[in-house]
Amino acid sequence: MSDDTVNIDSAGADADDHGHVAVAVTTLDAELIEGTSNATPDIAEYALWLGDDALVLAQQLGAWISRAPELEEDVALGNVALDLIGHARSLLHYAGTATNRTEDDLAYWRTEPDFRSLHIVEQPNGDFAHTIARQFVVSHYVFELYSRLRASADETLAAIAAKAVKEVDYHRDHASQWVLRLAQGTDESRRRMITALSDLWPYVEEIFRDEPLIDRLEGIAVRPSSLRPAFDAAIAPVFAEAEVELPSGFVASGGGRIGKHSEHLAFLLAEMQVLTRAHPGASW
Amino acid sequence: MVTAAAHEAISRPRPIDAASLAAWTLAAQVVDPEIPVLTIEDLGVLRSVRVTSDAVAVTLTPTYSGCPAMDAMRDDVLAVLASAGYENVSVRLVLSPAWTTDWMSEIGKNKLREYGIAAPTGHATVRGSGPAGPIRLKMAVKCPRCSSLNTRELAHFGSTSCKSLYECRDCLEPFDYFKVL
Repeated sequence: MSDDTVNIDSAGADADDHGHVAVAVTTLDAELIEGTSNATPDIAEYALWLGDDALVLAQQLGAWISRAPELEEDVALGNVALDLIGHARSLLHYAGTATNRTEDDLAYWRTEPDFRSLHIVEQPNGDFAHTIARQFVVSHYVFELYSRLRASADETLAAIAAKAVKEVDYHRDHASQWVLRLAQGTDESRRRMITALSDLWPYVEEIFRDEPLIDRLEGIAVRPSSLRPAFDAAIAPVFAEAEVELPSGFVASGGGRIGKHSEHLAFLLAEMQVLTRAHPGASW
Repeated sequence: MVTAAAHEAISRPRPIDAASLAAWTLAAQVVDPEIPVLTIEDLGVLRSVRVTSDAVAVTLTPTYSGCPAMDAMRDDVLAVLASAGYENVSVRLVLSPAWTTDWMSEIGKNKLREYGIAAPTGHATVRGSGPAGPIRLKMAVKCPRCSSLNTRELAHFGSTSCKSLYECRDCLEPFDYFKVL
């Protein structure tokens, strides 16, 4: 990479107090998986589904650092976000092999119609209970997904899933414990937890919706609708112990997998991408 | 079911040819920047070193998917081999088979304890899918300071991805625990 580094310090060749900004013309990251071939367009699209979910959620969780209710939660949510960034890197790197784009290129240079993330991950952080409700749903869904994706006929997806599932196991445990703690805590914490779950529930349905892409990836992708029974079975004991009823009511329209997003995603991407777009190619 | 011999082969991937072993020995000196008592060999992060007539290929596996120490370890491996005169050194990161704390050497675990970090206890298992009991059965974690088993977890997630925060109820000191993965 350093061979390609050029100096774009517009103030001239003399280094000032801020030093030079070194800019890499091309950034080639190390291969994440040994011996993989390039993704087909369909597999790349599927990798974007999962990678964008992880990336958007990680960006959301990062906003909690220094703002969580206690120091341990700053650390916990930061660590969960870091794991998710790792999953997103692997998945976007793989998706990029189909079109010869890098993971950074995909993360920073697409706008919201090109993102394939679910609506649930772009829901605002809200109060801590809203963030926990979102973590609870997403981590239980992703755990069931990666558990099955380990058996994918695509070796790269299987390897990424086998790595990630171990980390997501901790994420769902963390979220489940907080759901219980808030629901069984004070009247106020219980009220907030119940409100958060019911605010979020309209976005659960989209997670398990099959798209035509899935029909073309038999044996490679995991059919979203097939995960619903395991998801329901996994969350039921937590709701029972928390003495909270499963929310019901309207179902949001969704459309994240075909690039239809709410306005939340545009603001999130603007914040995530601003630095890269202001200084294209900049590196540390 | 993995046989004991096969498990040994996965967890201790030292090369057998002399040229590769020499390069391995150098690469194995690189330490974890966040836990500098552990080498990448102790951690089980160094997976293979292959020396051919004109190149050296090293493979590392990340502990956690997002571990920021990986980039530093990769750079350090490149630097140590370059300074020993090796040319055309490449480092690949591989995800499969996924890293587990089971690959940490006994020497590494002892170094961790002396450093004040409780070593992982027991073996890694991923719970099956299905109902997620929020309570999981755990082995007691021994305080690295006073060896008491009367300890409790303060926080699942600690100062780095690989650690959780504990406190000892006997000596009252907080300590890091390298959690099982």
